[in-house]
This record gives sequence, C-alpha cells and structure tokens, in this order.
Amino acid sequence: MDRVMSNKKMIALYVLPAFMLILALIYIPIVLTGYYGLMRWDGIGAMAFIGLDNYSRLVQDADFWQSAYHSFLLALFSAASLIGYLAIALVLSGDVKGANLLRKIYLVPMLLSSVAIAQLWLKIYHPTSGVLNSFLTSIGGSGSVEWLSNTKIVLLAIFIPIIWQYAGFYILIYYAALKNIPSSLIEAARIDGANPWQIAFRVKIPLIANVAKVTVVLAIVGSLKYFDLIYVMTDGGPNGASEVMASYMYHQAFRSFDFGYGSAIGFFLLLICLVITWLIRKLTASGDDIQYS
Amino acid sequence: MVKKSLSIVMTVAMASALTLAGCGSESGSKSDTGTKDGSASSSSSEKVTIKMMHLWPSGSSKQQNMIVNDIINEYQTANPNVTIKQEILENEQYKNKLKVLSASNDLPDVGMTWAAGFLEPYVKGQLFAPLDDTLNDGLKDSFVSGTTDAYAIDGKTYALPLELNITPIYYNKAIFSKYNLEVPQTYEQFKQVVSTLESNGVAPIALGNKDRWTGSLWYMYLADRLGGQDTLRNAVARTGSFEDASLVQAAQEVQDLVKANAFNKGFNGLSNDEGKSEFMNGKAAMYMMGTWELPNFTTNETVPQAFRDNVGFFKFPTIDGGKGNIDSWVGGPGVGLFVAENSKVKDEAKKFVKFFVQKWGEQSVTKAGVIPATKVDTSKVNLPQMYIDILNELGKASNITLFADVQMSPSVAQVHLNMIQALFGNEVSPADFAKNHEKALAEQAGK
Repeated sequence: MDRVMSNKKMIALYVLPAFMLILALIYIPIVLTGYYGLMRWDGIGAMAFIGLDNYSRLVQDADFWQSAYHSFLLALFSAASLIGYLAIALVLSGDVKGANLLRKIYLVPMLLSSVAIAQLWLKIYHPTSGVLNSFLTSIGGSGSVEWLSNTKIVLLAIFIPIIWQYAGFYILIYYAALKNIPSSLIEAARIDGANPWQIAFRVKIPLIANVAKVTVVLAIVGSLKYFDLIYVMTDGGPNGASEVMASYMYHQAFRSFDFGYGSAIGFFLLLICLVITWLIRKLTASGDDIQYS
Repeated sequence: MVKKSLSIVMTVAMASALTLAGCGSESGSKSDTGTKDGSASSSSSEKVTIKMMHLWPSGSSKQQNMIVNDIINEYQTANPNVTIKQEILENEQYKNKLKVLSASNDLPDVGMTWAAGFLEPYVKGQLFAPLDDTLNDGLKDSFVSGTTDAYAIDGKTYALPLELNITPIYYNKAIFSKYNLEVPQTYEQFKQVVSTLESNGVAPIALGNKDRWTGSLWYMYLADRLGGQDTLRNAVARTGSFEDASLVQAAQEVQDLVKANAFNKGFNGLSNDEGKSEFMNGKAAMYMMGTWELPNFTTNETVPQAFRDNVGFFKFPTIDGGKGNIDSWVGGPGVGLFVAENSKVKDEAKKFVKFFVQKWGEQSVTKAGVIPATKVDTSKVNLPQMYIDILNELGKASNITLFADVQMSPSVAQVHLNMIQALFGNEVSPADFAKNHEKALAEQAGK
C-alpha cells in the first residue's frame, strides 16, 4: 500500500476524478465569469468586449454599495452570533441534564430547506395574521408592525431567520470540538482548583481556537454570499432595502438581462470574499497551535 | 502551511459556488441563421418532425395541456406525414431552458414567448422568424385588434399570441351591500367607497406589492385616466417625457390612496398570492388583477360557491378633468407562439402555428377558461356570466395598454418596479418618481 501511495502516477490517478470535477464545476466557471464580466452581454445575443467598463460602473453604483453594506452588516451579525453559539455549546458539552435532547432541538432548523424556513417565517411575520403580531397584541402592543414592508426594520427582520437557520450548524461544530478535548486535561485543571469559568476560558476555548477561526471564516464568507432566504422572503425589497450582493447580482443578470454586469458583480464578490478570508487569517494568526497533551 | 493553503482553497470553492449560476454555455455561431431553402419546403409525402416546447404541464395546467394534445392529434391526423414532438417545462424552467437553447442556437421549431421586452433580445439575436406572411394569410382579422402589436418589432411580427388579459377591479358584493356601497363610476365616488370601508375596519383593497407589478397596475390606470392612453406609452417609447404633469399627478394619487389606508396592511412585504388571499377570505373588499383570475371567481370548485357568487367586477372609474376613457384597459397578451429562424422545417412549423392559433381560439375559453387573443363569438359559447361580460367588454374596449413592465426593456422595467414599491412605501416623492423613470429611459435610449 505504501508503495502504491509513493508512486506519483498512482497519486495523480486517484486525485484526477475529483480534480476534474472541481475544475469543470468551479474553477472553469470562475474564469468564465471573469471573462463575461469584461463583456456587454444580454445572455442571448452577441457579446461585445468593453474592457473594465462593468467594473468602473460597479464602483460608482450606489445600489451595489448599499447591498454590499447590507451584506457586511449580515456578516457582522453572523460573526457576533458565534459567541452565543459557543456559549451554548460550552453549556451543552458540560454535564447538563437533557443536553442530548437540546442539541437535537438546536439542530432542527439545519434540517429544513431554506425555502421551508422562508415560508415559516413569512407566516410568522405576516402583518395581519402572523404569529408575531398576534403575540405582540396579546401582550398589549399595537400588533401592527409591518416587519417585511417597513424599510427601516426589514433588514433586521430578515437577519433573524438567517442566523437562526445556521445556529444548529455552528453549535454542532463547537460541540464536537469541545467533546474532543481529552477529559484528563479538564480533570487536571479541576484538581488544580480552576473554577468552571477558568476551565472554559483558559482550557476549553484556547484548545478549540482553530475550529473557532474556521467558523469565523465560514460565517463571514457565508454571509457575504448569502442569497436564499432573502430571495424568497423579500426579493431584496421593498425598493432594495434588504438587497444583498448576491441578490443584486441575480437581479442584474436574470431580471435586467445584464449578464455582463452580473458576472462582474459575481467576480467582484469572489474577490471580496478572498480578501476577507485572507484578512481574517492574517488577523487571527497566532503562531503555533496550542497543544496541552 | 499546507493546511493553511488548503483552507484558502476551500473558501475559494465555497465562495465561488454562487458564481456558477451566472454561466451559460458558449454562444455558438450566431451568424449561421440562413436556412437551406430547398430542403425546407416539404412535400406532403416527406416525413417531417416538428419540435414544440411549451409550459403547460399536465399537473399544474391540466386543461391547457389537454387542449394542446387535442390540437396536435388533430393536426397529425390531418397531416399524416407530420409528427409533433412536445417538450414541456414549468414556467421558470421554461424561461431558463429557452435562454440556454438560444445561446447554443438550438431552439425548438415552435415554442412560446412573451411579448415586447421579453421578445426583444431574441429578435435582435435573429432567433425568431417573422410571421407576417402567416398573419396576412387570412389570420389577421381573427385577432382582437391590436393584440399582435405587442409582438411586433420594427414593423415585423415575431409571435402570435394565444392569451389575452385585461385587468378589472373585482369586488365583494356582500361587503359592498353591507355598507350600502354602489359600484363607483367616478374616481371621487371610488375614494368615497374607500373611506367608508376604511372607517368600518374593512381593508378596502387587497394588494400584494412584493411582486411590484401588482402595484404598477394601479399606477398605470391612474396614469391612463389622468393623461389619456398615449401619455405613458409615449414616455416609454421616448416620444414623450415621463415628467409629464399627468404622470406625476398619477404618482401623487397613488400616495394619496396609501395615506387613506386604501390597501391592506403591510402590502409591500406581501406576495401577490398573500394579497389575493385577503380578498379571497373576505377580509378585503376589492382586488385588481388580470382576467386570468376569472376561474377562481366562476368555475373553480375549490373556492366556496358562496364567495364565487359574491364577486363582481367594475372598470377603473374615470377622473374628473382627466383625459382617460373608461373603456381603456390595462392588460396584454400572455404567451404567444414563435417559429425558430433556423428551424429546418420552417414552413411546416408556420402552418402548424396557424392551425394551432385557430383551434386554440375555439377551445381555450370554454375548456380552460383562458381568454384567447382571437375573437370569441359570445353568442355561440356556453360560459359563466362573468366571462360573457368580460368578453363583451373586450369587444368594445377602446384601447389596451400593455403592462408597463412588459412595455419597457428589462433593465428599465426593474427601475420602474422598484420605483413603484418605493412610491407605495412613501419613500420617494412623485416628482422624483418621474425623474428616476425619465433618467432610466433616457439612458436606455442612449445605449
């Protein structure tokens, strides 16, 4: 077996199928998107090369920057919510009664498809017959908040289901990482007289720092390219008040039939995600991983 | 280090997943649209296969699907050398597939398209064949006058419409009689009706404006009644300005309606279906929508009989001092049939399209409740009264203004629809509403 694995040709043979798939479905489309971004193209007729015109238009497009602002706001909220998930995972990984059941409850939103979640929250937010407004009325509020049509609150209203949707995923990642910590380390800390807070902040969290970094990247990049709930629930409206970069790209390409510009937005989005990822890794780089064992 | 670069690669992979959606296949050789004249004309003995793509699956559009099959069978019986192969897709998938096929220059011989703005890129790409010869071959007079115009670009007609819709205001007779309300004849009376309903805690008008074109209907009618049938059309066609006083005034009227609480709560966040349900469950008194909703108010057994009996319709009232005519409608043809420019069986396909349009006109309204773009003789058909009334209204319509978002090119339509939502949400002043339209239209014209 070892001999097979040290044979360069064999390695290439094993790697090839997956590599071809990724190449055909991911890297070639990226290159093509970059290429289309240099064109004026309605998706049907002939293309015309226009150089970087799409990008200079992008830089001056106030609607795009507004949607970019919304995307970054979502990234901020998602990243901040990670702290909450970590706290929940810390509690669950301790010896709490019913931790198993709670863990499953938190995971349920993960199992629903985005469209189902969107329909569910549309019902909750319905202005006249929605659960939320009925609840507000029953506790004495006016109960007439227009969650999805008031431009001032629509963004917040739509962030909540998005964050809720991914809660289970991140809690599960943290939980698994925390469960991986050898119990001998925690016992040793306990014998040394550490209280639960100290165990959490001095032992557990540093040990899962690597996982935490990955989740930060996942949360931020995931938010920047977020699309589904927004598309179903508000379609970026009213009048762009909940538009994010991905939905703006979709609208330009598939509604305004401006595939050249849409591709430019897509490519730009990719660049933003790359830069952000690189930045996060730079900022969180802390030399060697902590090892206690 | 390996780990680090691996995770970067992973992130690239994740981030780029969404860019996939934007890529189509390489556009093939577009110039090669010439047909081989000799082989195209088929003698009656030669075997011919016509590929047809349509969007009426037997599941969601059972009646339409049945009619299509009947017509095809009839045609194949009459022309034994012809085989018609169907490909059926749902609406959105249909649109996407059409786009992909046209990029590879591989359109079906006969297919369905929408009017004006949707049609334009296909015509510019020389993918659809002009059908004027078919139209002038005795077919022209059977269409409701003006309906084929929506499929004409630079004087040539590229598709023949199958559906025609106008948009009346439906109202709930039970609610109207409860508050002693009459069908309004003038806009003043209409506003009176709205304020009476509103003060009694009934939502006067059901509207789901997340879809935006729904609100556009209201604006279009106000523009028509104030400025007459040509003002908006001229502004879009660039022979007039969108900053015309009547178009600004129409925007003002929309905001006055919103301020008078004429629409159900939270309409800007509700889809058309959600807005419609306010009317269907009797919470709202009026609902403006295309005549494609007629089955729900007449024949659809899943809607309670009591409700269906209570629905009536009226025409958008005239405004004092406005130039509009009460018999002018907002509406337009729905899907139409096209013949692909590079089809190898173009002549046979055109013959089939002509046959289809005629047969469809005879059956669609009685069998599927779809009003065809061809004239219907109401004395000969057995239909619910509401259909007869609508068909009679169609007969005496002075004008049908095409839906604004269909009239405009796709990118201007997006500006229009967003502005509509902003207007209804009181986020833009009527003057800026007009100015933004004017700017988008001027930019488009300059391209």
